[in-house]
Amino acid sequence: MREVAIVGASMIKFGRYPDRDVAQLAAQAGLEALKDAGAGMKDVEALYSGNLYQTSGSGQRILQQMGQTGIPVVNVANACATGSTAFREAYFAVASGAYDMVIALGSEQMGKQGLLGSRGDPATSLEGRVGSYMMPAVFGMAGMEHMRTHGTSQEQFALASVKNHYHSTANPLAQYQKESPLDEVLNSRVIAYPNTLLMCCPTGDGAAATVICSAEKARQFTTQPIKVAASALTSDPFSDRDLTLPDINTLTRNAADIAYETAGVGPEDLDQVELHDCFATAELLHYENLGLCGDGEAGAHVASGAPWIGNKIPTKYEEDVAPYVDKSYSPKSKAVVNASGGLLSKGHPLGATGVANIAEIVFHLRGQAGDRQVENSKVGLAHVIGLCSACTIHVLQK
Amino acid sequence: MADSATETAPEIRPIVPHLKLGETRDQDRLFGSRCSNCNTLYVGPRLFCGKCSGQGPFTEEILSTEGEVWVYSIIHQATPYVKAPYIAAVVDLPEGVSVNTNIVDIEPEPENIKFGMKVRMYTEEVSEDKEGNKYVAYKFCPA
Ligand SMILES: [Zn+2]
Repeated sequence: MREVAIVGASMIKFGRYPDRDVAQLAAQAGLEALKDAGAGMKDVEALYSGNLYQTSGSGQRILQQMGQTGIPVVNVANACATGSTAFREAYFAVASGAYDMVIALGSEQMGKQGLLGSRGDPATSLEGRVGSYMMPAVFGMAGMEHMRTHGTSQEQFALASVKNHYHSTANPLAQYQKESPLDEVLNSRVIAYPNTLLMCCPTGDGAAATVICSAEKARQFTTQPIKVAASALTSDPFSDRDLTLPDINTLTRNAADIAYETAGVGPEDLDQVELHDCFATAELLHYENLGLCGDGEAGAHVASGAPWIGNKIPTKYEEDVAPYVDKSYSPKSKAVVNASGGLLSKGHPLGATGVANIAEIVFHLRGQAGDRQVENSKVGLAHVIGLCSACTIHVLQK
Repeated sequence: MADSATETAPEIRPIVPHLKLGETRDQDRLFGSRCSNCNTLYVGPRLFCGKCSGQGPFTEEILSTEGEVWVYSIIHQATPYVKAPYIAAVVDLPEGVSVNTNIVDIEPEPENIKFGMKVRMYTEEVSEDKEGNKYVAYKFCPA
């Protein structure tokens, strides 16, 4: 396996595009990533396209917009980890030596359906009748399990929303760029306790792309190649309760172990993390799953200021956070979490999310993240999890 | 004239495969399948074992009607077919398996539900399809 680098990255602003189709959204991201790389379709040897809602052939339809050069197209679907799995396949294709330069692209057009919807025939399916399997219920219960085991409060979970919404104000690509103080988060209507509306990610349309090539070839295109230091993908190992309550923790922990070992870094070495905060409860669980803090310390961790841009609580939120500060707690990792505003602000067009998280880390490692720049970021981690269940972790290095 | 060969009388059916209907609703029971190779118990029917990769055979076991709340959430935004708010929960049964269910007969407020709370299963008809088949679902209420 040879070293692989990202030489181009892009993300279109997530939101609603009723007048465009998904291939057009994807093509825009793809062409912008190529432009960013200083490359063209003639340089691209294969396309790895992640999309969850479209039927097969979505990648081919994207090439009808981007340039039909006849290259191989691989269409990937893997729950919310669809985009990041496409990236991983692209990474391996280059690492193995099969190709020198490929594109990994993620796209989705969700309309108004979103994560709050449900599948199945409502007359006869358990889902339609009982509703337990819907995403909000699953992540509500995952938070309640943490509450049961560690005594975490709804307010502590809500601080993740306060943080990420604050971060989003500096991200022009986020679907929403609106701050929300703690009382506003807690007073928005409950969706699935303990998550309120402002603790759930919005859904919309979006696309993101990366241009990946061998480290050797990267030098022809950029002076700032971003090294892919690890790519991990896991599914759920057997557990007694995972058929009733999807376990979002174990497979993330397993992926983190693989990623840290492969990259030769630990959580204390990370400057930033983009993790899968589809709901505020999930963000706190993943602090522990990724080893940013110890088990049961997630509430103290978010209140410590460590995962906030600048590693401290902004003055205007000091009062909100003060009751939850544990003075005896000292953070193990000072990785800024979700500088982009996270899925909670940026939005979550399923197939696009995994590539967008990687693109965000690339922007920071190159020092191109504008007002949300994590200062002097050298090592970043991108984490995505999809239910039933797929978890990807990528470690990127300057 | 109706084609009598394709016409069947409406049935009463369980809404999930892990519910076995009795003669009357108070005889309805959840059931599990135990792997004869590794002894793992699953809720509902099973052909293969996700733990030991065995192909069975599986022996059927009737599950208790009483259990304890492991975790819950109160769902305020649901599909149009469900009345919200309602309590969605994972209930642990004494046999060592757990089921997804709704907790009913209590106001859906966090202060009314306790982790480990004892609950009891019951069943009722909840829907009917266009052929007239009726569907029976299980729920749990405070024991
Ligand atoms: Zn077995």
